[in-house]
Amino acid sequence: MLTIADKNFTSRLFVGTGKFSSSRVMREAVEASGAQMVTVALRRVDLTNPQDDIMQALDRDAVQFLPNTSGARNAEEAIRLARLARAAAGTAWLKLEVTPDPRTLLPDPVDTLIATEKLVREGFIVLPYMNADPILALRLQDVGAAAVMPLGSPIGTNQGIRTAMQVRIIIEQARVPVVIDAGIGAPSHAAEAMEMGADAVLVNTAIAVAGDPVRMAHAFRLAVEAGREAYEAGLGRRSTAASASSPETGLLNADLDFIQN
Amino acid sequence: MFAPPDFNELRQWIFRSTEEDVRSALNRDRLDIRGLASLISPAAESFLPQMARRSAWITNQRFGKVIQIYAPLYLSNLCTNRCAYCGFSVNNTIPRRKLSLDEAEAEATILHRRGFRHILLVSGEAPRALGTDYLEELALRLRDRFAALSIEVQPLDSDEYVRLFRAGITAVAVYQETYDREVYARVHHGGRKRDYDYRLDTPARAAAAGMREVGLGALLGLTDWRTEGLALALHLQWLRKRFWQTAFTVSFPRLRPAAGEFQPPFPVSERNLSQLLFALRLFDHDVGLILSTREEERFRNGMVGLGPTRYSAGSCTAPGGYGRPEQGGEQFSIGDHRNITEVSNALIAKGFDPVYKDWDPEFQAASSSSSTYQLRSAL
Repeated sequence: MLTIADKNFTSRLFVGTGKFSSSRVMREAVEASGAQMVTVALRRVDLTNPQDDIMQALDRDAVQFLPNTSGARNAEEAIRLARLARAAAGTAWLKLEVTPDPRTLLPDPVDTLIATEKLVREGFIVLPYMNADPILALRLQDVGAAAVMPLGSPIGTNQGIRTAMQVRIIIEQARVPVVIDAGIGAPSHAAEAMEMGADAVLVNTAIAVAGDPVRMAHAFRLAVEAGREAYEAGLGRRSTAASASSPETGLLNADLDFIQN
Repeated sequence: MFAPPDFNELRQWIFRSTEEDVRSALNRDRLDIRGLASLISPAAESFLPQMARRSAWITNQRFGKVIQIYAPLYLSNLCTNRCAYCGFSVNNTIPRRKLSLDEAEAEATILHRRGFRHILLVSGEAPRALGTDYLEELALRLRDRFAALSIEVQPLDSDEYVRLFRAGITAVAVYQETYDREVYARVHHGGRKRDYDYRLDTPARAAAAGMREVGLGALLGLTDWRTEGLALALHLQWLRKRFWQTAFTVSFPRLRPAAGEFQPPFPVSERNLSQLLFALRLFDHDVGLILSTREEERFRNGMVGLGPTRYSAGSCTAPGGYGRPEQGGEQFSIGDHRNITEVSNALIAKGFDPVYKDWDPEFQAASSSSSTYQLRSAL
């Protein structure tokens, strides 16, 4: 069971709502994914309009609505959007995105940390999108992030977990859930992240632009479950030693004869 | 605050381990706490060579072919506690003394002349006789001559650790002695040390105050060493998550004969200690492992490169013992009587570099408020 800020989730797949061909396909894909956490770009919805397409398509009893600050270029803009979202949608949950470069959409570490600290103080449940930097992950946790969301590779690249070495360190050190966000282009990438011990993955583009988004959503659901199961079952060590008896150091059994029983 | 582990549950994890569990743990990329339980279980005893190999390989990767060298400097054997196992216990009749600041400085000068640049300041627990004022003044006197100054004294409050850090103390060692609350109550008969929880919380206070390094430890021999080791590993894991800017060391002093009638109820062999050290290395690749002069020369020589990373040398456990070795009042008798040169030469002969200086006082002068973003809510 995954717990973020005292809320429990049985699904470890989070999905995004952008880039779908229609709100209907989006709704069906979300259902097929089994996701219980769904992120929505604040700039895409009209929270004051009850008839808004995207908001109507979401069953807010079944899923945790996670507004995101996509488009914010600095801490100040992100904080303004967050306050607006809380006032209009009545949720303190927030996926914090601060992306000053509109081309790569890579997150700004400095302003992300500043905004996280301020928003946590204002009572938000902040899940910051971040580059796979272990020290930044720790700093974000120190100021109260409810989870951290390191990227697997730059958004939209479908390259998978190119940051694996860094992500491993982040997971090992984390005291809040680690959600791999961005770069996951195929279910095998999602499974890989889960095998590494990620607590969840967030997928959007790979589902939204698939030939059949609903079936792809289901495929991601299976991959995430398989990866998690494998992690919990305990993967074998990738070893350079062919067997336990082949010495890794040249140390022989007789070398331990100095030890008294 | 770190919740004290449930010894019965830990015992079950350990003693239910099978050889299959041990093989599976050895086959994992990274050892988790359940894997550690298997590797310190009786089922793992026949796997000691495999564990030694893995431990040696990891230690070599992380630390290289070096061993850090330090010496303890006993400041005082005055003590207000009554601990069943300790030579300093208040009801033992040993010659008592506390070094004046000048005497302490003279002892430090002897160690400096012998080549030591890292010293561990040790005292019994008598806060009114030897408290933060004394330690602060001594640190200020010594900081320019020594690369690192550690303390192993009574547990202090947070603001005291901040003061001592600013004065040049770099590391704090405070051993829980035993994580088993019942045994803890049984062997600590009197004094402030009876407060299990205050002591358990001390490493976190020291880390939060900015200390570069915090040392944990358990006295082996008071209760089942396997469960003790697992409990300590849980504490270490908890601290690592919260105080990621702090380096940690672990020491497993085996109880040795001391003044008083106490005999360790659960004797621990070298083989047991080795199994624990190797397993802990597999569990935490980066933790500093200390092997003091409590252990014998033969054992310390053999263990070089297999897991431990820091050795004491030429130690005397009586206050003033470096200048006047004949006067008595030791905390415990030591097992390795070689001086620093002999220990160093033995390390060099095994292809290891004895390291005396591995820190610089300049760091601390420049960063005395470096702990501003350590996690305070953990306290």
